[in-house]
Amino acid sequence: MRPRSAIWLALGWVGFALLPWFAGGGTQPALEPPAPGPAGSALIDGLTNGRWWLLPIALPLLLALAVTALPRLRPRQPAALLAAGAFGLAWVAVQGFAIGLDGWAWGWLGSLFGPLPRGQGGYGIGAVLTVLSFLFLMTSGFAGLGFMKGDRFTAGAIGLVLAAIAAFVFLPVGYVLSGAGDTGDGGFSLVALAGRIAAPDIWRLSCLTEAKACGVVWNSVFLAVLTGIATTLLGLAFALVAVRTGFRAKKLLRLLTVLPIITPPFVISLAVILLFGRNGTVTLALSDWFGIPVSRWIYGLPGVLLTQTLAFTPISFLVMIGVVQGIGPSLEEAAQTLRASRWVTFRTVTWPLMRPGVANAFLISFIESLADFGNPLILGGNLEVLSTKIYFAVVGAQNDPGRAAALGIILLCLCLGAFWVQRQWLGKKSYATVGGKGDNGIPSELPRGIRIAAYATALPWAAFTFILYGLILFGGFTENWGRNNSLTLRHYLAAFDLSWGPGGLIWSGRAWGSLFTTIEVAALSAPLTAAVGLLTAYLLVRQQFKGRGAFEFLTMLSFAIPGTVIGISYILAFNQPPIELTGTVTILIICFVFRNMPVSIRAGVAAMSQIDRSLDECSLTLGAGSVQTIRRVILPLLRPAIVASLVYSFVRAITSISAVIFLVSPKYELATAYIVGRVEQGDFGLAIAYSSALIVLMSIVIALIQFAVGERRIGRRTATSATLQEKPV
Amino acid sequence: MSIASKAAGVEFRNVTRRYNTVAAVDDVSFTIEAGTLVTLLGPSGCGKTTTLRMIAGLEMATSGTILIGGKDVTRLPATDRNVTMVFQSYALFPHMTVADNVAYGLVVSGVRKRDAAAKAAEGLELVGLGGYGQRLPSELSGGQQQRVAVARALVLEPEVLLFDEPLSNLDAKLRRKMRDDIRELQQKLGLTSVYVTHDQEEALAVSDRIIVMNKSVIAQSGTPDELYRRPKNRFVADFIGGANLIDGELVGRSGGTATVALGRLTLSVPDPGLPAGEVLLAIRPNAIRLRPAPVGSAADNAASEGIPVTVRKATYLGSHMEYGLASEFGDLFVVDPNVSNPVPAGASALATFTGDGIAAVGR
Repeated sequence: MRPRSAIWLALGWVGFALLPWFAGGGTQPALEPPAPGPAGSALIDGLTNGRWWLLPIALPLLLALAVTALPRLRPRQPAALLAAGAFGLAWVAVQGFAIGLDGWAWGWLGSLFGPLPRGQGGYGIGAVLTVLSFLFLMTSGFAGLGFMKGDRFTAGAIGLVLAAIAAFVFLPVGYVLSGAGDTGDGGFSLVALAGRIAAPDIWRLSCLTEAKACGVVWNSVFLAVLTGIATTLLGLAFALVAVRTGFRAKKLLRLLTVLPIITPPFVISLAVILLFGRNGTVTLALSDWFGIPVSRWIYGLPGVLLTQTLAFTPISFLVMIGVVQGIGPSLEEAAQTLRASRWVTFRTVTWPLMRPGVANAFLISFIESLADFGNPLILGGNLEVLSTKIYFAVVGAQNDPGRAAALGIILLCLCLGAFWVQRQWLGKKSYATVGGKGDNGIPSELPRGIRIAAYATALPWAAFTFILYGLILFGGFTENWGRNNSLTLRHYLAAFDLSWGPGGLIWSGRAWGSLFTTIEVAALSAPLTAAVGLLTAYLLVRQQFKGRGAFEFLTMLSFAIPGTVIGISYILAFNQPPIELTGTVTILIICFVFRNMPVSIRAGVAAMSQIDRSLDECSLTLGAGSVQTIRRVILPLLRPAIVASLVYSFVRAITSISAVIFLVSPKYELATAYIVGRVEQGDFGLAIAYSSALIVLMSIVIALIQFAVGERRIGRRTATSATLQEKPV
Repeated sequence: MSIASKAAGVEFRNVTRRYNTVAAVDDVSFTIEAGTLVTLLGPSGCGKTTTLRMIAGLEMATSGTILIGGKDVTRLPATDRNVTMVFQSYALFPHMTVADNVAYGLVVSGVRKRDAAAKAAEGLELVGLGGYGQRLPSELSGGQQQRVAVARALVLEPEVLLFDEPLSNLDAKLRRKMRDDIRELQQKLGLTSVYVTHDQEEALAVSDRIIVMNKSVIAQSGTPDELYRRPKNRFVADFIGGANLIDGELVGRSGGTATVALGRLTLSVPDPGLPAGEVLLAIRPNAIRLRPAPVGSAADNAASEGIPVTVRKATYLGSHMEYGLASEFGDLFVVDPNVSNPVPAGASALATFTGDGIAAVGR
């Protein structure tokens, strides 16, 4: 165990004395950019370039070196490592934030200590390595003092996850808070904060009394409630049809649940425009046959509600199917043997058991609708919702980051509030009635009335959804939908043309650049997301430590933070030293990792709770360490969860739009942002062609990953469920 | 190469394990001699499993010292202790073959693959599963899985081998066979074993010594015989073997036996070392015999031989009779081998006491 902390200490020295401390790049040409190589390290730079504040970083490194190298000091080692790591981290952070590009970042420090000779840029590779070194020295000190059962790996992993969440979730959100209180000259005032948050155009209720638009908050909440109700009812109908009826094409319904994962969120909007827009098929037909005048009714609340309901019903279906399946048939059989009729059974047993799940589905759809960005952007018309308003506050003519931040805070509070309610509800009122034991019994048939209602709701809606997807796939091949329906490959050629030039193959289509960047970013972020997520899941399920509940809540929190808020917060936080990332590909990757991590965590937690804890304990008593246990026992058993998180994070990285639309740069353009740009230009053909190409690509990727990682081989199922049933006493 | 034993003793010195404020194990001290099988026995929640897991290193003691083979291992994690464990659920890795499971501990501690495989085969041979190496655990029966778990723990030649309720997932017949096999293996290899169970019969059958735990502390420890015949307190008397607990009075003692008065009756019991006065009598169900109620003048006489009872329930069980009796000292449960002349339910009878099977404990 000792060698490992020695290695981290050595890397700390390398980061401090050998590697360039600051990130290269164009941010500080005026600041005598540090020389490359060892000359740009904190040690050399601090000695020769007047950045004296870098030199104290050597102190904790020296302390750690002393206790590691001198046997006399060994007994004190854990405490000393802990102190060294903590001091090192604190110093690196404080000097980084206190001293910006032009010297003191906090004015009062300047008046206290006088001006500095020069400022500094963002952390570079050396700084990152040194920070990691301090972090692991600190956690290994903690472990040495007997925390986490003395397991250095666990302590280090917890430290790493916490530090990462602090840096890439809480720091940016903190910036949003302070950004909303920005007084304009770099200061912060609560008055400004309150003024921005309480702005009348956000909260006014004038639509109730006069013919004016209501505040943007009410729009968002109203839309979210409607969407929540609609998707929950539809999801419930789908789930009942899929689980409790003899419906033949259940597989087709299951396909529905995959669609939202592989579809960029705004694609539904495009399809709806193809049907109901001014040149939409339905619109034209109605006007031709019945003389109904062509109007823009779809742009606004009806359109956004329709598309969100289409987009989120599958999610609600997924939740509800778990709920309906979770009701043990034996309970209903018991009720029937007690002389309850089918209808009475449904009303007194089935429905009460489903109710918490229904509430859960509603809240999830509510949050999704609030956070949705693509659909309101494309179909919103005059309907202003929080997520689009934030976007226009940043990119629009007003360019008011303070206002964007204030709107972000409101959106964040709404989502976190709903998230909190959902957690409370689920925590207290979840009845999982299917035990591990073979729970025999056949689900009882639905009462006739409910069955008919479920069919009548679900089937037309499913048909509608499939028609829309058909339109998307087909629409890319028409010249100009609605006006000129002749078939053409023009849009696909514009996007994905290839030609032979003097230098060989030329990727001459306009979409290639963004597609390659997208795939690169997705491919880089997927394994990272899976790794961080599963590591966190391992800590949550397998390790007992103080504050585990809080730790879990923190990790799930980033799930409830809407993409637009993440986007605006990343811009505010990472646009300046010490962490300067805007315009790089790194910021996209980091954004995806922390956006998608919660799903990876959930997949890992679900899978890991299925694996009996005594398996790891057994491995430990047989002499394997934590790392070996993870590698040889847990990972092989976790394959399905690994596949799930890889697929999910890859596909989400490709289809998401809300956060990254703030973060893309001309150099690193992503497919979704590019498509939205085309839509805004009115270039529907190319947007639709590109979207369908993405959908097809995603389906292939999912199939491939599924195939490559394969099934887990455990043998007969019966015996596994037997091993999984055991619980520690 | 063969599987040897490196048996070492275990010592707990004032060990406490707390979860928040609740003590699961409270200031427990004991010593386990090398090469013996010691059982931790008690009802669920008494702290026996926590104690076992502290020996394994899967739980850390909140305070106190744990020694294995004379070395202080209190802060040593499970990985670094030479202790292996057979889990209640067997904990066979479902994705590895039986041979890989058994070789696992050897492989992760850096033994060469071929040596590990050879030793694993030997371990499987030892538990009677030679030739099963290439199967998956799921393809074995419960008893066979149990044997694989034992083999896997044995091949590392542990200083201490732990069993956490190893038989609780087997059916009654197999349980008896497995416990004999485990005991035989332990004696043959001279292993130090610590065995957790809540089944007192199992504990009596396999143990050199038994540590009875109740409510986070040790209620009593000793050989099976000591615990059965001279329980120190009400809990042990009742938990091991079951007993009718009735009030009596200690009236005198001489040479290792004490005299206890029960109504007009006097009984002699092993001296419990309690002061004269009120005690509790623990009477084993098989220490009572039934006799038809005497009539007339014999009844007076009989009062000094036994106590008059009414039979509430008589159950015929082939090898013996079970009676539920009502008496002036409370209800009694009796196991009587006399099946040829049973006393019918509802009849009056005289209950007499055999010399053995009665102990006095404090109230």
